[in-house]
Parts: sequence; structure tokens; C-alpha cells
Amino acid sequence: MTTFTVNGRSHALALDPRTTLLDALRDHLNLTGTKKGCDHGQCGACTVLVNGVRVNSCLCLAAMHDGDEITTIEGLGSPDRLSALQAAFVEKDGYQCGYCTPGQIMSATALFEELKAGHPSYVSEGLDGATMSDAEIAERMSGNLCRCSAYPLIREAIAMAAEAEE
Amino acid sequence: MTEIFRMNEAQPRLLDEMRQGVVGKPLSRPEGPKKVTGTARYAAEDLPDGCVHGVLVRATISRGRVTGLDREAIRDMPGLIDVITDARLLRNPAQGMAGVAPCQPNGEVFYHGQPIALVVAESLETARDAAHRLPVHYEEIAFETDPEAAQDREDKDPETAGHFDATFAASSVTIDARYRTDAQAAAAMEPHAAIAQWSGETVLLRGSLQMLRFNRDELADSLGIDPERVRILSPFIGGGFGSKLGIGPEAVAAAIASEKIGRPVRVVMSRQTVFDTVLRRSETLQRVRLGADGDGRLRAISHDDLVSNLPGESFAEPVSQASQFLYGADGLSFSQTLARVSRTPSGSVRAPGEAVGMLALESAMDELAEKLGLCPVELRLRNIPETHPMTGQAYSVRRLADCLRTGAEQFGWARRGAPGAQVEGDWRIGMGVASAARKSALVQSAARVRLLGDRAVVETDMTDIGTGSYAILGQIAGEMLGLPVEKVDVRLGDTSFPGASGSGGSFGANSAGSAVFLAAKKIRAELAAQLGCAPGELALQDGIARGGNIERALTDLVSSEIVHEAEIAAGDTSKSHLSSGFGAHFAEVAVNVWTGEVRVRRMLGVMAMGRILNEKTSRSQALGGMIWGIGSALTEALEHDPRTGHIVTRDLANYHVPSHADVPGDMSVVFLEERDDMANPIQTKGIGELGISGAGAAVLNAIAHATGARVRDFPALPDRVIRAIEMAGV
Repeated sequence: MTTFTVNGRSHALALDPRTTLLDALRDHLNLTGTKKGCDHGQCGACTVLVNGVRVNSCLCLAAMHDGDEITTIEGLGSPDRLSALQAAFVEKDGYQCGYCTPGQIMSATALFEELKAGHPSYVSEGLDGATMSDAEIAERMSGNLCRCSAYPLIREAIAMAAEAEE
Repeated sequence: MTEIFRMNEAQPRLLDEMRQGVVGKPLSRPEGPKKVTGTARYAAEDLPDGCVHGVLVRATISRGRVTGLDREAIRDMPGLIDVITDARLLRNPAQGMAGVAPCQPNGEVFYHGQPIALVVAESLETARDAAHRLPVHYEEIAFETDPEAAQDREDKDPETAGHFDATFAASSVTIDARYRTDAQAAAAMEPHAAIAQWSGETVLLRGSLQMLRFNRDELADSLGIDPERVRILSPFIGGGFGSKLGIGPEAVAAAIASEKIGRPVRVVMSRQTVFDTVLRRSETLQRVRLGADGDGRLRAISHDDLVSNLPGESFAEPVSQASQFLYGADGLSFSQTLARVSRTPSGSVRAPGEAVGMLALESAMDELAEKLGLCPVELRLRNIPETHPMTGQAYSVRRLADCLRTGAEQFGWARRGAPGAQVEGDWRIGMGVASAARKSALVQSAARVRLLGDRAVVETDMTDIGTGSYAILGQIAGEMLGLPVEKVDVRLGDTSFPGASGSGGSFGANSAGSAVFLAAKKIRAELAAQLGCAPGELALQDGIARGGNIERALTDLVSSEIVHEAEIAAGDTSKSHLSSGFGAHFAEVAVNVWTGEVRVRRMLGVMAMGRILNEKTSRSQALGGMIWGIGSALTEALEHDPRTGHIVTRDLANYHVPSHADVPGDMSVVFLEERDDMANPIQTKGIGELGISGAGAAVLNAIAHATGARVRDFPALPDRVIRAIEMAGV
């Protein structure tokens, strides 16, 4: 039996040990907002937060997350109550087909926290943290593929939400 | 039976006379809140009670026959339900608009990775494991995998106008160049998926499909049942780009298994299965010959190509499609050779033809400009023909010259110096241009519109694959009926609704949009009659109808509901006129002379694509296409193992679609105002594919300008860039 919290709700699941966190969410908890694009950690569509840190849920076995707190796209907002990022994606048309979108938004949600915590990236000037810029967003979002290629608009949406937050 | 409206002559620009003012506006997608909250449900996500899981077993040989499956070897796996083999299973997806079953090989194997059986189990984990463990016995036969060396090839008759050989020989400046493009994958983010569920004699399929009207017939034909017994739902599709045009092996296998087992069956392809079995874009070998006189007027154009496909597949990448009408010359010749090889079959991937053909044509135009010492923009401007050089057709409306001039102005083209002259440390900076062209079409399409007082409902089996169908169909209905878009409920992706064109060939908005327009127009006529005014006098805005000095709220005028269906099909104008989107792409790149790395710094696309229905979603489509251009120019390559034909780069880590870091923030799109009166009654042209057409060539031409060296094998991977630089000795 694996017990973890998803979006504040506790779940106890008896699963085939081969079940990934992604499949547990989608097929066993009916939280299908988290998407399966490649099942190999290559596309980012399955991004969720585990204890506040973004991970590819397809690369995790559910059984490894006993006691963890997981946040999925469903935990950020609902169609009637969008988070600032979700609203910005709609406003900027930061998507087309919508399939990579939950992963993009989860990644961007974590990105804000990583910047606040002073994590540098490959494009940062130094190791003492970084400030929000298009280059930083592009670098930090590169684990999330979008084949519709809404990239410039996704980044505009993230920048818009970041401004709103300030 | 609804009478079919045929587009036989130009229609009045009714949408320009309407009062609501929503068509053309940059409105957000109505389904957006569902997409950003993860509540939009895609094909694999509505699991019915008792649903079991199927995984496709795939061939590990390239050509031959399955002689047996060792079911006994896996029979003890807990939760295993069945191993399905059936003569009706598909070899590969149907080609777009086939309307009939694709090849059903019945045990014969044509390519490495071909589906040959379906393992069904209580859980995905067991089905996946069992599919890998199942021993399969084969009888192998000889095969070929290299299109350029293949013996089995079909030469098509050349298409010609005038005398190419004579005019080419008489040209004072000529280019004769060979280009190669690697095969490409659509790589839509949502893998192909199906859930099949029978109730009595009918099967319900939740699928990820682009063209439901055709897909229903294809599924029925594959199963050997009447189409009336098939219903398909595809309300949300996680990207298509051509890869979901036709019914696929996952759908037919799910339907067969579900019928046999008596439970709902879900089959979702793994990403590797998508790469192996879904129709790819063929690799191409292209030869472009251009002949011009000294002042840069083209006298001869020839574009010959070699592409490949499996035996029995009619599709051949229409490489020279745009080359036949973009520029004019006295002598033109286009030929194609189709090699039959054991590789994943090929089919339509976003802008089949133009996406790769224009890489070569527009590179050759650049090479010609260089040889002539003429500005590449000017060379293109000098060769815009009066009429279609092959057919003599008139162009419906064409603003190619305006696009080139506007783009050059806005991009700062005048600052472009000599090739190889702009240096920033290890980097060389360059600018490139290319024309854009993509044919536009009208495909038979029906829709139903219901007016219920101050709100309306649109129903059609049209799909929205990310293109914006939900948005634009609501805008068209809202505009015609005088309703804000929030009052229009657009219902798509259900074969129980009137059959539309589906999403493909950039014709979705033209076709489905026109059907919605015509149905709403019928409602307007009825409202005008009720008010006692001529339809032309009727003004509808914000739920109020005015006409003949009477003003009434629609809620008063419509007692229960007014329902009309309409259907449209192409007519005489499609023969008399060529309707095509035109544009111009500009790119600036930086090339590292030591590593061969290419960074795109900025891009501008100026496009004229008829009436823009939604400025926001149109821009997204155009930008997306341009970024596909970056991928085709720089990174996207399906590599085939020469021994087996099997795709080696069969996942998203090895097949490099552009990522955030590959795409500059400075990506601009400019739409030039246009109405295509000959195209359809809403004066639109296709949008989804013009953005990619020519975009990659602008990047490639920028590399040539940056370095002074020309890459002719695409994508311009770092090793190819370095080789070109070394060979050019620059």
C-alpha cells in the first residue's frame, strides 16, 4: 500500500509495483490533467510537483512516493478559478492543442520558486541566482516540448504572470 | 437532404457587413480554461468501467511473414486476457481522406515495427510486459531499405510546360543543384490512442483523429461493418499535423479486441510505436535547375525528386507542388520517382510537398541570386508570374510582392552586407529570405446551427487539433446571428453531427467555417422573413434584430429554436482560379564556425492568407509553422538503420523537435489584409501550413549568408555545416 497526498487529498493505493506515478494519477485517481507524451522523461508533459519540486512523473514509480505531497495541474486552479499562470496562458494563447499545457504550467510554477530560491541556470550570469528574463525562461522551460510550437507565446504568458505576481 | 452549395462564383463579402464585430478579433479560445486546468479530456482519458488494456505487438523483421506466435510462453502471466491476431488488423494508418480501410496484411510484414498482434490484459503493465515477452516466429524474405539504391521504383510522367531543355540551354546564368532532406515525423505530443466500446451492434470509438467523416468510413470498412454502426468521438486532439488524418492500427485493434472480449479496450501507442508505425514524411532527394537571363528573369525551372513509400501506398510526397506556380518561366519541367522500400510508410505531415520542396527551391533561388549578383528579394520580385505557369489559371488574390517588400522593410533587410562579413568572435551572422506559398482548398463540409433565442449552438463533426476551430466557428456564428461569442456553444468531434471536412490540408476553416456561415445565413433569412424585411436589411447585434423599422429581441422572435443545416463543396472557382496563401519569411542566424552550431536570432513572417477569422489563433498557427521551419532546417531527422530500415531516432530525445531554447523570443508575424473572393463565401485561405512553407529555407539561406558556405543536405546539422564551411574554404 502506497499513501501519498495529491492536491491536499490523501490517497492510499494498492498498485502493481510497476505502476508509474503518472499512470497512478491518470488511470487510478482519474487525474488526467497530467499528460503522457513519451513515458521516457523526454517531453515534460507529465510534469508534477513532488514536495514542491518539479519532476517527470513518468520516470517515477508510484511506490517510491509514500508520504509525499504531490501537486498536479488540477491543484492549481479550475476553469472558474484560474491561477495567474493559467489565466495568462489563455490570454496569450500560450498553447494550441493543449496537450503539453499542464506540463508547461507546472514547470513554470516551479520555475518561479526556483528563481526566488536563487537557483542559477546555464544562461545565468553567475552562480548567485538569476533574474527573470526571456533567456532564463527559455532555458528553464526547455524540458517541456510543445509540438504546436507555441513557445514564444508560452514565454510571454510566463512573463505576464511573473509581472502580475510582483 | 440539404442542398449542397457549390462555390461557382465570387460571393458577396457578407461578413464585412455584419454588426457584431467578432470575426477577425484576437479572441481567446473558448476551450482555453479547460486546457489550462487539465480538464479537457483527450482520447485515452475517459476510461469506461471494466476497461482493459491493449498493447500492440510489432514485427522485429523488415519483410516476410509471421509464421506463429508462441502464446503458450506467456499464458501464465497473471492478468493476461488475450493475444489477438486478426486478418482485419492494419499495417499502418489510412492516408488522409481515404475513406476506406488501409492495407490489412494478414500476417505479412512490410516494415520493421509493423503491428502484428494485440496483447490484452487487465492492466497496462501486464499488457506491456506480455507484448515484449511474446515470442514471434517469422519467415523472412529479401528487402531494400535505401531509396537512392532501390531497384523497385516507379517513375512518374514529368509534368511540363513549354520546353525546359531548350530554355535552360539558352539561359545565360544557370543553377543545377541537388538537395537532400531527411525523413521527418509529425511527433504530435499526444500519442495515438483509442478506446473502443461495443453496445449491441454498434461500436463507440474515442479516438485521436483529425477527419471523423472519413475515419468513420475507414473504421467501418476495416471491421467489415456498416458505417452506421460506428460512432467516433474526438472532442480534443493533442496535435495532429497530418499524423491523425486516417484511422490507425490502434483504433482497429481496440475495436476488434473489444468485440471479441466483450469489454471496453484501450490501446495507446508508446512514443516509439508512434515513430515506427505512424506515417512519416518521406526523405527526399531533389534536383533543382534554374535558368535565367542576365537581369534575373527566369527562363527555365525544373524540380525533380525521389521519395519513398511502402508498396501499395498511393501517397508520394508532392515535393514540387509550390515550384509549379510560385515563379514563372518559359520552360518548366517537374518529375518524380517513387522508391518502394521497407521503411515506415510515408504520408502527409504538415504541408506535404512545400515543407521540404520549398527548402530546395528557395535555396536554389538564393544560389541563383548570388550568381547573378542580385538581391534575393529583388530576384523573387522579378519572377512573379501573371498567371499559373503550368495551367494558365488566374490567381484568386496574391500579395506575394507586398509580403516581400513589407518584410524586407520591417526586418531591416537593407542592412544585410556581403556574405561572411558580419563577425562576432567565433560566430558569423547572416540574414536569409524565402518566399512562402501553400495551396488553399475547399472540401465538402456540412454544419448545423441552432438559434435558441439569445444563444446559439453549432454542431459539426469538425475537429479542433489546436488550430482554433472552437474559436472561429463560434465567431462566425456569433457574427452572423448578432451574438457575443460567449453565447455560442460550439460542439465538435462527434460523428453524430453533420460531416465536415475535418482538419487537414489547411482547408478546415475554409470548409467547416463556410458551412457554419451558410447555415447561419439561412437562419438570418428566416429571421428577416419574420420581421418582414429583406435579408439584406436585417441587422443583428447583441441579441437584437432590426429591419423594416422594427426592432425585436431575438428572445421574442425565436419561440423555441430555429435550426438549419448547410453543406458546401468546391465549384467552378476552384478550376478557374488558383487559391493559395503567399508570404515571405526572413531569418537572422548566428553560426559558430568551429562547432557548426546554428542559433536563430530572430524571424519575421509576412503573410497574406485571405480573411483572418481570429487574429490570435491565426498568429499562433503561423508562429508554430515558422518554428517547424526551424526544426526542418536545423534539427529534425529520422535516421534509418541501413540494415533493417528501422528508425533509429524513434523517440523525443533522438528526434529533435524545436524546444524553447531553440526558438528566439523575437518571432514576429505580420498579416496583410486580404479577401479571397474566389475561395469560399467567407473569403478565407488556409493558415495552418503557410507558416512552415519556406520558413526553413529562410534559415538555411541565412546560414549561407552568414558563412559564405552552402549546406545542401538538410537539416543543417553541425557536422554538415562544418563540412560545408571546409569545402567552401572560407
